[in-house]
Amino acid sequence: MKGALSARELKRYYTLRQRGSLFSTSKTLKAVDGLSFEVAPGEMFGLVGESGSGKSTTARLLLGQIPPTSGEVWFGGDKVGSKPDANWRRMRKRMQMIYQDPLSALDPRIVIAGQIEEPLIVHFPEFTPADRRRRVAQVMADVGLLSHHGDRYPHELSGGQRQRVIIARALAMEPELLVCDEPVSALDVSVQAQVLNVFADIRERTGFTGVFISHDLKVVRQVADRVGVMYLGRIVEMGTPDEVFHRPAHPYTKALVSAVPRTGRSARSRIILVGEPPNPVNVPSGCPFHTRCPEARSGCRSLVPELVASGGRAVACHLVNNPSFSGGEAA
Amino acid sequence: MLQFVLTRLLRALVTLFIIITFAFFVLRLAGDPASRFFDPSQTPPEVIAAFRRQWGLDQPVWVQFYRYIIAVLHGDLGNSMRENRSAVETVLSKLPATLEIMVPTLIIKTILGIAAGVTAALHRNSVFDRMIMSLSVLGFTVPTFVLALVLALIFAVQLRWLPSGGYSTVSHMILPVATLSIAGAAVIARYTRSAMIEVLGRPFVRTAAAKGVRSSEVVTRHVLPNAAVPIVTIFGFMMGSLVGGSVIVESVFSWPGIGRLLVASVQARDLAVVQVILLLIGALMVFSNLVVDLLYGLIDPRMRSRGGRAQAA
Amino acid sequence: MIAPANLIEIRNLSVHFEGKRQFVRALHGIDLTLKRGEALGIVGESGCGKSITWMAALGLLGSNARVSGSAKLDGQEILGASDEKLSEIRGGRIAMIFQDPSSSLNPLHKIGWQLGEALRLHQGLTGEAARKEAERLIDRVGIANGRQRLGEYPHEFSGGMNQRVMIAMALAGNPDLVVADEPTTALDATIQAQILDLLDDIRRERGMALVLISHDLGMVSEMTERVAVMYCGRIIEDTPTADLFDHPAHPYTRGLIAAIPSFDGPRQRLAAISGTVPPPANLPPGCTFAPRCTIVDIGCKRAVPMMRPAGTDPRHRAACEKLDAVLPTITPVPTAAKPNAVGIMQ
Repeated sequence: MKGALSARELKRYYTLRQRGSLFSTSKTLKAVDGLSFEVAPGEMFGLVGESGSGKSTTARLLLGQIPPTSGEVWFGGDKVGSKPDANWRRMRKRMQMIYQDPLSALDPRIVIAGQIEEPLIVHFPEFTPADRRRRVAQVMADVGLLSHHGDRYPHELSGGQRQRVIIARALAMEPELLVCDEPVSALDVSVQAQVLNVFADIRERTGFTGVFISHDLKVVRQVADRVGVMYLGRIVEMGTPDEVFHRPAHPYTKALVSAVPRTGRSARSRIILVGEPPNPVNVPSGCPFHTRCPEARSGCRSLVPELVASGGRAVACHLVNNPSFSGGEAA
Repeated sequence: MLQFVLTRLLRALVTLFIIITFAFFVLRLAGDPASRFFDPSQTPPEVIAAFRRQWGLDQPVWVQFYRYIIAVLHGDLGNSMRENRSAVETVLSKLPATLEIMVPTLIIKTILGIAAGVTAALHRNSVFDRMIMSLSVLGFTVPTFVLALVLALIFAVQLRWLPSGGYSTVSHMILPVATLSIAGAAVIARYTRSAMIEVLGRPFVRTAAAKGVRSSEVVTRHVLPNAAVPIVTIFGFMMGSLVGGSVIVESVFSWPGIGRLLVASVQARDLAVVQVILLLIGALMVFSNLVVDLLYGLIDPRMRSRGGRAQAA
Repeated sequence: MIAPANLIEIRNLSVHFEGKRQFVRALHGIDLTLKRGEALGIVGESGCGKSITWMAALGLLGSNARVSGSAKLDGQEILGASDEKLSEIRGGRIAMIFQDPSSSLNPLHKIGWQLGEALRLHQGLTGEAARKEAERLIDRVGIANGRQRLGEYPHEFSGGMNQRVMIAMALAGNPDLVVADEPTTALDATIQAQILDLLDDIRRERGMALVLISHDLGMVSEMTERVAVMYCGRIIEDTPTADLFDHPAHPYTRGLIAAIPSFDGPRQRLAAISGTVPPPANLPPGCTFAPRCTIVDIGCKRAVPMMRPAGTDPRHRAACEKLDAVLPTITPVPTAAKPNAVGIMQ
């Protein structure tokens, strides 16, 4: 179906070689460990998680920038490959990414207009220079940049303006899919609001399909139509923002949600998780969250919970899906 | 740990082998020793032929090389053509003289260079800093022989405070040591300064100050140890050039050390001696690299536990 | 002698930095007081001067900074104090913890050594006594296996643990005030909750004052009793926290609140503040917020507004000439149905 994104059992493992005492042992880093989700055309899918959850790896997998260890990504009825062949280039025309740090994503030596124009030169060789100029001007106006900004260099612009350039550059391609990896995290609150509004406007106009990755739940709640919560390379809960954020089912989601500062609430009512987030190199057995889960049972240690869906809602937790699977006292 | 040292030693041996081979072939390609020893127009050809036979120079290069390697593995590094003794003896006899100027140089330039660099960094952009940095630029851009000659001109010729060459009294040491120390201190000062400035900008320095650590202690206990890594690297290079770095100075000041021996031996194509000197320099370089690597591990704990506990950010 | 009422009194604190061609004013006459045991939040966006205020007070700014005005600790002036006096105060009376904990610790020294340094400086402890106290502190900040961890290095700890170590170091001097500069910005949300909880606990336990600097209004409002909002090197609003979201006064504050995406309330388009923050070297005349303000008029550009009462609570003040125009008639809002983070802008 046009514009529909589908991730099927995506896995991405890295082998780390460690220089041990005499022999070198190798460990597996499971960045993404069985990720599956569907995004309908024109829908914005939010992906939240903390560091080590595999969000950024997911973004790159979705665009075919890195090959999955197993699993597939399908977009608009075509499989997304990761070998840079002609097919890949064709797909790249339709899919764009927005990054977190605008300063390092922009070439310091090329003026803004030139950078926005660059992908057009690559992917639309049939455009005349005049065509390109028109498209660049259009897209700059869309994101709220003035024409004279086009002659500036990245370091002459503010953080918010730079991020808008990144967005403009991605949008100049009129992509069908836009993957955004922490696009507003580096921005101040007021600039963030401006940029999020730009997003909303453009979405309304062009209706692109999007994936919005962030650690900031408030921002994701603002932009997403559906949300997935990631933990150690897996989705542990999925649903609409209302379902996931206001009626969280998975204990991790509950903790994440309670960590969001809310005015008028006393500090004492937060759920505090015990211990440090485990390493994707050392994924715990059974449910990856059981080591920190305040509601863990003994069974959670041994069996990996499946992501069970009912309607659009899905949760990967034994206590929700298998209430009788307690196997005894709380762990 | 053991594995680390063993690997390095193995690599060191390979490096030394390459040095020997390279030296061997380059020297033989560069000219015939026989024509250096004897004036071809004055000497009967049989004498020259005999000379060449004696030194194995009549054989093809590969054969010579093969024989040389076998000899080396038996501990025989050849004999000097000019002096009638083993090359090793020849070189070692000149070693003390070189060390007499190089060791004081090393000490002086390290102390001077680090002191200047640290002070410049702590008073960045002040008059003092600019002065030190300009002097240091002069110090390492001016070629050594120019510096040596200028110093000799001023102190030996004009002022007549110091002798211009020779090897008898302590005052003969001063000019050579001064020349080498100035050039060396200039380099060290520069590296020290930039290392210090880089470390001074790091967040943990701010933490130390906010903790109430006195500024002098912030420098000695927090900044310097972190700036040590690049400084130790440079120091490693300098240790390696302990023997080879004195060539020009020894020539200018007629100091009878290994540097002068090297020049004379190359000119005379005294092959074995040149090879021994190059081997010595190579071994020193390799050794100092090893020491530097070990020092890194001592200074910076992050370089010890590689691939140990990787933490998620 | 009775201790002065205020722990900290900052009057007309100004900072300017000498650059190559010009000097840039970063702080313009900050007036701030802090009582013993009070928890104050300082909120503002990047470049507003929230960190510089405290770095300047403690003399931690670089050599190109010129600090003027007055900062008093318990009635004693600390600006321009001797190096010796400052060493006592830093860590001993006022401790600071910073944003990126993993780079804020010396990578070459063991944790125990770094803790020990603070203990030696402020409590005069060495050897066995120091080790015992270090263990106690490490334990208090929630790090298990204290004895073993003291022998480890910062790179062997995660960000959250390093921040706990920073807190332990801050406590080593038994300070009266802890200034936490964006302490959780670099940390994950769940770890953030842990650290804030810890800070809160310790503060109450010791009766310490806390200054929490952050760009996150929500986080600050959960942890503090009073909030000061800064913009372009000035404090533009100073209010008890409860009043901040109920009756934000200054247009900038209102703008900030309206720009935060709501988590619980209805989803709606964010009301962004138009324009961008002016660069410190090029501030507009009069009220620095004027170019972006929706209720600006001619008078605003004439002079920098003074702080004036802004609401029912006498402690609530804001630096705006047009407050009467924006503040609604005061009707107490029933506590049960507080609207969440919705600003009132014309």
